[in-house]
Amino acid sequence: MRRAALVLLAAAALFVALTAAPARGDSTPRSALAGRGAELYAENCSSCHGIAGAGIGAPSTVHGVGDVAGFGPSLRGVGALAADFYLRTGYMPLRNPSVQPRRSKVEFSPDQIRALVAYVASLAPGPGIPTPHPARGSLSEGMSLFVQNCAGCHQAAAAGGYVPDAVAPPLGPNSPRDIAEAVRIGPNLMPRFSQSRLTDAQLDSLIAYLLYARHPDDRGGVALGHVGPVPEGLVAWLVAGVVLVGVCITIARRPA
Amino acid sequence: MIRAIARVLEERTHAAPFGLKALRYLFPDHWSFLLGEVALYTFIVLVGTGTYLALFFHPSTAQVVYHGSYAPLDGMQMTEAYRSTVHLSLDVRAGLLMRQTHHWAADVFVAAIAVHLMRIVFTGAFRKPRELTYYVGLTILGLALLEGYLGYSLVDDLLSGMGLAIGYGVALSLPFIGANVAQLIWGGPVPGTADFWSRMYITHVFLLPLAIATLIAIHLALVASLHHTQFGGGRRSERRLVGLPALPSYAPRSLALMFTVFAVLFLLGGLVQINPIWLWGPYHVADGTNGAQPDWYLGWLIGALRLMPAFDVTILDYTVIPNPFWGGALFPSVVFGTLYAWPSIERRFSGDRVRHNLLDRPRDVRWRTATAAAFLSWVLLIFMAGSADRAYILFGWSYETQLQIYRVLVFVLPPVVFWLTLKICDELRRNEEVERHRHEAEDEARAAANRV
Repeated sequence: MRRAALVLLAAAALFVALTAAPARGDSTPRSALAGRGAELYAENCSSCHGIAGAGIGAPSTVHGVGDVAGFGPSLRGVGALAADFYLRTGYMPLRNPSVQPRRSKVEFSPDQIRALVAYVASLAPGPGIPTPHPARGSLSEGMSLFVQNCAGCHQAAAAGGYVPDAVAPPLGPNSPRDIAEAVRIGPNLMPRFSQSRLTDAQLDSLIAYLLYARHPDDRGGVALGHVGPVPEGLVAWLVAGVVLVGVCITIARRPA
Repeated sequence: MIRAIARVLEERTHAAPFGLKALRYLFPDHWSFLLGEVALYTFIVLVGTGTYLALFFHPSTAQVVYHGSYAPLDGMQMTEAYRSTVHLSLDVRAGLLMRQTHHWAADVFVAAIAVHLMRIVFTGAFRKPRELTYYVGLTILGLALLEGYLGYSLVDDLLSGMGLAIGYGVALSLPFIGANVAQLIWGGPVPGTADFWSRMYITHVFLLPLAIATLIAIHLALVASLHHTQFGGGRRSERRLVGLPALPSYAPRSLALMFTVFAVLFLLGGLVQINPIWLWGPYHVADGTNGAQPDWYLGWLIGALRLMPAFDVTILDYTVIPNPFWGGALFPSVVFGTLYAWPSIERRFSGDRVRHNLLDRPRDVRWRTATAAAFLSWVLLIFMAGSADRAYILFGWSYETQLQIYRVLVFVLPPVVFWLTLKICDELRRNEEVERHRHEAEDEARAAANRV
């Protein structure tokens, strides 16, 4: 009896161990968390990203949840990093696959996101969620890297910019983790920066600078959004211009 | 005491007749005559603050490594020009106040000239005998634009470098002579040689200010010798002037205006940030920032460069006219050319060759008002197209769609504005006519009632 119980226990332990192990190339998720993720995935993501993250390549007529036209990349190998970024920023789920994903309302609870991330990570081996350390970075190295690699689209003070067919969003709302993930992914039109182009130490510096750029040294009075001459011209005309014309009108009035 | 000083001066200068004339000079009493004065006083602020900046600015392209008080730039390679500007902004007493006031004053200087020019055009003040005054004023405007561009460029921050690269592209685009012109000015490809910085500097701090100051002096001398124009009405006529004498009435007012201009500019300089160059960083040829814009007064040129569809004039493999020529060189030539030619064009069409001291009310010369309004709307539209990228980020209006709309509007809107202005002028005059008839009828009725 005791032996039978032991065998049963061992079998159960073996079963748990097997299901918890990362399933390499296997589309069947094994952990409980990933299991819940699989359900959420089937309901919310599979219409575009395909069965078990296989992706839907060519334009297709698949219509899934909310009548979203299916057309999405494979998620195998993107890892926890990409799933975490896209879900926490509200980039996914995306209503219309042909528009640029923008930071928007997050559709899932933190628990649901953990489940989905675990599921996507279980599809194939991929990069994990990074842990940046901006405190270790250097502000001036960060500024140099930012101007050389990022300002061309995101604007020198990270206020965002226009690129053909897309917006490079303002970077103020991004947490260090968001930035670390986006740099390694390259969402939408953004290029992907691998370790060989930007080391983790450089990434720390970059993030240190971006945290600084949220509230930079604003000497000189009220800042006009750090975007340069357009708001400055508006102030010149609408403040100085209006005041001075008003003064001219007052001065020219003859005493009655 | 005053008498004694006056006598000492008079014995040594014989300036009394001139002085008396100046004191008795009559100023017309309409506020729009003060717009030029605003520009004049702004120019004084520009010279004053600019001189202060020149005490600390080094016009040098020598490469240095920054180790100043602004941590994010620490250890960065930059030119001495940029380093000294960051230094004078952040570490020199009153440096940032002076730099910001200088920049605000530049923005306001050109704005004041532009509004002044509109008043001149809409009231026909450029007509005989004041064409020369008008040409001199236009030239001041043109030089002010160049002066502002050089000031923006000298700092060698990221925006400066990108602005100069665009300027270089436009210079290269001049048909046939472009490459030679660019070589002559820059001394080599962008960012140019060290000599180029010396050239910009001497032009910005000496040649152009001197030219502008001289032209202002000529402009004022012409205004005074021909005397101000005035609006009609009351006892005013072509030959009779009505206004306030310089003393005791007008000079104090003008001084008050001067101090107000100083106050507004220094308040802006102290309270509102303009061009925070330490945030942009230094310029290196490979670097760039999204949404780089010129100061507002060159926005019309950026707008023209953006609106122009992509096409070059080519013969076989040889590009005769590269694209930047249209927006960057042809468009401003057309605008300034039209403005310079306007007095002659109008004389040709109206056949009006007599002297005028009375201004037109815009509604009374409806075709001129309508033409000027249409022209203004055309330039304004192109100006607004220059900030389409900002509008996209701010309001989410698609950039490409905006450009397409602007490309249609630059043809459609001016004729609409022309027609609308004609209608407004007619309506205003009709209302006056009605009012006049009503007054006459009332007077008659009153007279009749009195007789009874």
